[in-house]
Amino acid sequence: MAKFRGAIVVDKEKCKGCGLCVAACPAKVLDLAKEVNGKGYHYSQMVNPEACIGCASCGLVCPDAVITVYKINVQ
Amino acid sequence: MSIELEDIIKPENIVYKKTPVLTDNVMHYCPGCLHGVVHKIIAEVIEEMGIQDKTIGVSPVGCSVLAYNYLDIDWAEAAHGRAPALATGISRLHPEKYVFTYQGDGDLASIGCGEIMHACNRGENIVVIFINNAIYGMTGGQMAPTTLLGQVTATTPYGRDAKLNGFPLRITELIAQLDGTCYVTRQTVHTPAAVRKAKAAIRKAFENTKKDKGTSFVEIVSTCNSGWKLDPIQANKWMVENMFPKYPLGDMKDI
Ligand SMILES: Cc1ncc(C[n+]2csc(CCOP(=O)(O)OP(=O)(O)O)c2C)c(N)n1
Ligand code: SF4
Ligand code: SF4
Ligand code: SF4
Ligand SMILES: [Mg+2]
Repeated sequence: MAKFRGAIVVDKEKCKGCGLCVAACPAKVLDLAKEVNGKGYHYSQMVNPEACIGCASCGLVCPDAVITVYKINVQ
Repeated sequence: MSIELEDIIKPENIVYKKTPVLTDNVMHYCPGCLHGVVHKIIAEVIEEMGIQDKTIGVSPVGCSVLAYNYLDIDWAEAAHGRAPALATGISRLHPEKYVFTYQGDGDLASIGCGEIMHACNRGENIVVIFINNAIYGMTGGQMAPTTLLGQVTATTPYGRDAKLNGFPLRITELIAQLDGTCYVTRQTVHTPAAVRKAKAAIRKAFENTKKDKGTSFVEIVSTCNSGWKLDPIQANKWMVENMFPKYPLGDMKDI
């Protein structure tokens, strides 16, 4: 059983849909949305939230600093 | 017990967020451009060192010309390639400040080649952040001194040819030979581990300023997905496969 649970919040309107966070996530939590934001970008979102471990890999690689990462210990 | 997202997404559980040293302005960079990652880690270092009101950046001509819109510190904007000269003046007038330049490969290694050599040779007490994406991004993807052999750009449509265009310039290796430099390193920012390492290098560079050790030079091997005509993920891959063999990562000097 996972020791940590995480979650992320993407500043949807500022995301540029570059996909670097999707590629960096080791737990395959993220994908780009079918919908677009106000600028026409397919923003990043959690598609598999239960798998998030709060490692912040996505946040670290995001060029636009639009990801906030949350993490709790679930032991 | 099932855990709901609302149980996790609470202020007390934040482990990573945008540093307040970055402004709320939306960066003008292309999606996936690594300039943004480098801005972010410089801002994080400034926050962690508590030097927001003591840091003066000098922005270049190139895609990062507007860097002053994104880091909430004092800035000056230099003419093309002249950031080291401006930084020299600022740091000599304000020796208590942390002064850094932020320059692309066109700015630093082409039009500003003389400026950077002499600033580093004088050992100005500044930090230089050098973004090497092997191209002139801003002007539409022309060849830079750092463009790889065979690399197709707007001005090398058949690929860079050594006979016609000369060889890729490893300027950081040259700078490491200069006695004025105390720390010369080459980093990148395409993975979480690389981002952490590059941030530690930038932190060391700013600490060197505090110790008045001379010039610290941090090259970041970077991407220009628009100029390279690749998507951001392919651009990172292209960088790993093509840039790293020519521009190997690691410290060249640390004294
Ligand atoms: C004196 C002068 N010469 C030429 C230019 C045109 N120019 C603007 S940006 C640039 C090169 C930018 O390339 P680089 O420094 O690698 O930055 P990047 O956009 O790739 O980050 C050039 C040649 C200029 N603005 N001023
Ligand atoms: S915090 Fe880690 S596991 Fe969660 S979405 Fe980001 S990269 Fe994936
Ligand atoms: S890395 Fe940042 S900008 Fe790019 S898709 Fe992910 S959240 Fe959006
Ligand atoms: S043109 Fe290249 S260097 Fe400039 S913002 Fe776009 S990807 Fe980045
Ligand atoms: Mg460039």
